[in-house]
Amino acid sequence: MDTKEMNQDLDQKKDQKVKKMMLILSKATIDNVYACFILANGARMEGIEAEIFFTFFGLEAVQKKKLEHLHVATVGNPAMHIPTLLGGLPGMESFATNMMKKEMEKLDIPPVGEFIEILEASGAKLWACKLAMDMFHLERKDLVDEISDVITVGDFYQRAEGDNTHLLFI
Amino acid sequence: METTIAGQTIALNNEGYLTDLNQWSREVATHIAKEEGIDLTDEHWPVIEYLQEQHRNEIPLTIRKVGKSGIVNIKEFYALFPGGPLKKASRISGIPKPASCI
Repeated sequence: MDTKEMNQDLDQKKDQKVKKMMLILSKATIDNVYACFILANGARMEGIEAEIFFTFFGLEAVQKKKLEHLHVATVGNPAMHIPTLLGGLPGMESFATNMMKKEMEKLDIPPVGEFIEILEASGAKLWACKLAMDMFHLERKDLVDEISDVITVGDFYQRAEGDNTHLLFI
Repeated sequence: METTIAGQTIALNNEGYLTDLNQWSREVATHIAKEEGIDLTDEHWPVIEYLQEQHRNEIPLTIRKVGKSGIVNIKEFYALFPGGPLKKASRISGIPKPASCI
């Protein structure tokens, strides 16, 4: 490969770099919420644009009253490695969630509310799904201030235009 | 990898980060910042000094920690070092590339 070809190869690689991450969060278990937030924040840290569309249960992560009370699922979650019957006992979810939160704090991973503030400060855009808002009878005032707007899925797709944009459903 | 900045030979790793903080100077920082497309101002230096201090104390860097430093908030940090603040600021500060995901 001569220098010219190598340069062309490099130029191509450069063009293929991810420019925008459009994340869709549809779940409210704390592991999914953190996966989404860390991906969005990680994108911003690399100079990649990031937007999150909160839909269905994902809306719990941006509801003022609920965001600090999200849980990890102890039932129907084989990765917990505890018998399903035990996982269903009262207090199990809180116990497992507290354990997880302690480990995350050690790694300097912020609580959900603070994470949302960090995302907003980093320039990530946060959107709430209109249809899910209507379905759960939610109003704008139920959501954190960092939400830019309540939009439709069509609006979200419109925002996903541009080269090297990736959509990710969580 | 080596480069010469302001008449001084500087050792860099293959990603362009200084391998020895002792070789760092304000001239070196200004030169690397230019490569990153950043003109250093009076507002950048306290952040750079903070990052170096954290590195000397062996405290792993995260965006959250920088935001709580009392020197710069997260929004300002992104504005001072656009397009990847923690990595760019670390490179300009002459400290290793941060291994943090947050």
